[in-house]
Parts: sequence; structure tokens; C-alpha cells
Amino acid sequence: MNTNASPIARLSSVVKRYGNHTAVDGLDLMLHRGEIFALLGPNGAGKSTTISMLLGLVRPDAGRVELFGEDPQQLVARRRIGVMLQSAALPPTLRVGELLRLTGSYYPAPRDLHETAELAGVTDLLKRPYAALSGGQQRRVQFALALCGRPELLFLDEPTVGMDLEARQKLWTAVRHLVAEGAGVVLTTHYLEEAEALASRVCVMARGRVLSEGSVDDLRARVALKRIRCITRLRAADVAAWPEVAEARDEGERLWLSTDSAEIVVRRLLDADAQLGELEVQRAGLAEAFTELTRAAEAPTEDNREAA
Amino acid sequence: MNAVSSAMPAASASREMGFSRVLGAYLQEARAECLRYLRNPGFMIPTLILPTAFYLMFGILIGRANGPDAPRYLLAAYGTFGVMSPGLFGFGVALSMERDNGLLTLKRALPMPPGAYLLGKVVMSIFAAAVVSCILVLLATLVAHVQLSAAQTAGLFATNLFGALPFCAMGLMLGMFIKGTGGPGIVNLIYLPMAFMSGLWFPLSLMPKAVQQIALVLPPYHLNQVALNVVGLGQEPVWPHVAALAAFTAVFLAIAVRRLRRHG
Repeated sequence: MNTNASPIARLSSVVKRYGNHTAVDGLDLMLHRGEIFALLGPNGAGKSTTISMLLGLVRPDAGRVELFGEDPQQLVARRRIGVMLQSAALPPTLRVGELLRLTGSYYPAPRDLHETAELAGVTDLLKRPYAALSGGQQRRVQFALALCGRPELLFLDEPTVGMDLEARQKLWTAVRHLVAEGAGVVLTTHYLEEAEALASRVCVMARGRVLSEGSVDDLRARVALKRIRCITRLRAADVAAWPEVAEARDEGERLWLSTDSAEIVVRRLLDADAQLGELEVQRAGLAEAFTELTRAAEAPTEDNREAA
Repeated sequence: MNAVSSAMPAASASREMGFSRVLGAYLQEARAECLRYLRNPGFMIPTLILPTAFYLMFGILIGRANGPDAPRYLLAAYGTFGVMSPGLFGFGVALSMERDNGLLTLKRALPMPPGAYLLGKVVMSIFAAAVVSCILVLLATLVAHVQLSAAQTAGLFATNLFGALPFCAMGLMLGMFIKGTGGPGIVNLIYLPMAFMSGLWFPLSLMPKAVQQIALVLPPYHLNQVALNVVGLGQEPVWPHVAALAAFTAVFLAIAVRRLRRHG
């Protein structure tokens, strides 16, 4: 068995319900060493429930969750992970150094205090009480706690919320360093540029299911279409009949259309309407791919109505 | 376990956690709990200052007017009052807050040894009980000139330290039911009337019959009876009170565990 290829965490056909609401609906995921896996999705997509199951906080109703081949509720499995949650009010009167020493004590072979502080950029904060720190500094301390145990798998839930640009980039550098050491990272974020900058694999969830999984480029390619918007007297219904046009509709006074051969369509548009103005051609970025994917999943009925 | 080690031999070896490191984690947790509360005035004032101030006022300044035994009598009573709050506030209120603010979730996700969280809070409560007992005994002997034998002093310490445990259990139970910022208010609503109705501030013999009956089902009443016995002012046999305290502890724990199983 190839050690590098074997997953360090795995969800197989996992279902989790809260009352009538199915938060996670038959999810299959594998996490590997040395990759940054970004879990994206709108609020309520099931990201938090997925992470909670991987951390052993929540048990699945069906399916199997494995962390290093064990039940995540087993301490031996969790000794190999580091955790940074979205909101955790750490004891305000404890100093940063004390928090690091305490969290490090849970692990078999934690990092040296100063190595941790250096990596997370909290060296100058070690003697300060947690309550005296700014929101961004507290976030950095929480990141330091996540990496102090030399984890093989790091969970980062919205890690850079409240951080300024510089702090955010420092955290990204530190994450890349950890991955270079061989750790795997699970990242949930609302900042798509963060996923774009860091992730080697992106998974988009909506309604408890995986919509798309692959590299950032794969995800972008799923929305290979480009968008064209312009003001024209041409009617959407006529343009929609052109063979290169995937979809066309009126958006207020503008014509909106999507196509995979923008150059041909633009030429044809300009030929057909000499007065055409405000021409825009847009390439789908991760953000658009994401919006496209999740909008389709979130409101299929609404989309059908628009198309009709 | 075998499947894991065959898949990842190198990693597994370094992930074994020796007994001394696990013990170290328990100690770090207890140390951190003690430190964080020692530095928190919101906890220290009700825990240390209130019993001390009450004892100075009612036990020493006014108390002497009530007879030669008053400072001795109230040393037992305010000792009981003092060891109630670490468990109720340090345990109950803290647990209700930490269930709400994400700290407990983070600790459960981290590989904290099972029980370290609760044990840390017990150690902190006993530590605070020891500190408040020290202050009261010093005030009693040095300021109020209460004569205590070495056996009585040791007995009072033992009573107060063990006496903190039923209130830890009660705090744990309350903390499992209350969630969030309502905690301090609700616990105060229980703490202060319970102290009053247990006869900690005024002797029960001066109170209506109904209050005397209610006192029988309140843990502080029984702890106070044990403490009074230890300082030489009790009349009854001690063991029914000790048994009652043990029973309260067991019941509170059982309710807390039941709640934990159902709601997590």
C-alpha cells in the first residue's frame, strides 16, 4: 500500500440530520497529506457539520467517518490533528505563552514554544493576557494553538476573519510551510481569493452534497463559459438561437448571454447591431464558478423560471 | 490500531503518549484553571472577599456582642459559605459560559485527555476552598482569638476541602442546564437563598419552622453541621450529615451525566 496515497481522513456515504433538516446528505470525501483542501459553500451548505464530524464532535447518522483510520472520537486519532475553530473564547486572563503550553501538553511531541510562536507570528505576544489582544491577534494565537502539537492534519475554519492583509498573508505563508512539512490542511473560508491562493483541491458543497471537487483550475473550467453583457436592440430570444450561445436573457436594459466562444459571438453581435454599446466580456473566476455552481443548486426552480 | 500502524508506521510510533505526558496534561489543565480564576476579579470577589468581609462584620465585629462562641460558630458557617461559591461559580457558571462560547467545543476537538477539563475545575475549586479556609482561620485565631486545637484546625480544613465537592457536583449539574450569559444571575438566585435558608447567616433556631424543614434538603445545612461539630459546637452525630452530602453529590452527578448523555 502506498503510504502517500492513502487518505489521512475519509468520509464515506455520510449522512447527518438535525430533525427534519438533512445537513449532510451522502457525503464522500478523502483528505491526503501535503494538500490544502478547501471546503466552500454558502451558509447552511453542511461545511460546519462535515468538519464537526471529522473532529468527533458530532456523530454521523449513517456512513463512516475515519481520522487516521480511527473513529475521530478516539484520542489517538485527534492527537494527530490541530484545530482552529471559527469562534472560541479562550480564557481571557491566561497569557498567550500559558495557552500555548497548555494546548501543547495535550500532544505527544509538541513543537517548542518559540518555534510555534515564530511560525504563527505571536512571539511578541507571549507574555500578554489573551483579553488584551486585538481580534486579529487573537486569531493568530488561535492559529498558534492549532499548529503547536505538530499536527499531521490541520483544521482551519475561517482562519483569517478579522485579520488585516499583512496578517492574512503571513498566515498563508505559515500554512504553506506546514504543508511543505507534509501536513494536510482542511480550510473552510468565505474568502474565495483565500481558497484560490492556498488550496490544491477545492470542494464546493451545497445542501449537504458535493457539487464539485477538484483543483481550482478544474473548478474554473467547469464554468468555461464567458459572460457577455451589452446594450443592444437585439432581442434575447433571437440571440439565444445562435449556435454559439449557451444562454441569453434580458437583464434590465442589457442583454446578458453566456458562451464558450466569446470572440465569434462578439463579432456577430457587432455586425448585427452597429449601435451596440457598453460591451463587457467576463471570464469566470473561482468566485463566479462558485456562485454559478451554488446558485444552480440552491434555487433550481428560480433558475428554471428565469430561463423559461 | 493495527490497521493504522501498518499504513503509517513512522507516524504511529511518535504518536504514543507516555503516562508522564498524559499526567502532565492533567497538571497543566489544573494549573491553567487555577491561574485563570486567581486573575479574575469577577470570580475572586464573591469567592474570597464576600465570606471574608461577612465574617469580619458579622462574626467578629458584631458577633462578639452575641456571646463568646459567636466567632467560633460563624467560622464554621462562613467556611461553608466560602466553599460553596468555587463550585457553583467556578464550575457551574464557567461551564454554562464555556458551553456557549465555543471553548468547550474547542477542548473537545483537541486531544485533551478525557476528564482533564472537569478535573481541572475540581482542583481549582478545592484550591479556592483552601485559600478561603486559610483566611477565615487566620482571622478567627488572630483577630477574634478563637481557640482551635491542631486537630480542630485540621478537621475544619478537611471538612471545607471535601465540602467543596458537593458544590462542584451541583455546579456541574447547573452548568449542564444553564447556557450562556444568564448563568451568573441564575446561580446567584440559588446560591444566596440557599445559604440563608441553610442557617449560615442566622441560626436556624431563630427561623420559622418551615425554613428549618427546608434546610434538611439543602447541602450547605449539612456541611455546616459537620463543620460545627469539628469546631466543637455540634450536638448530633456527624455521620448522617456526611452521608447526606455524599448522597447529594451522587444525585447531582447522576443528573449531570444523564443530561450530558442526552444532549452532549
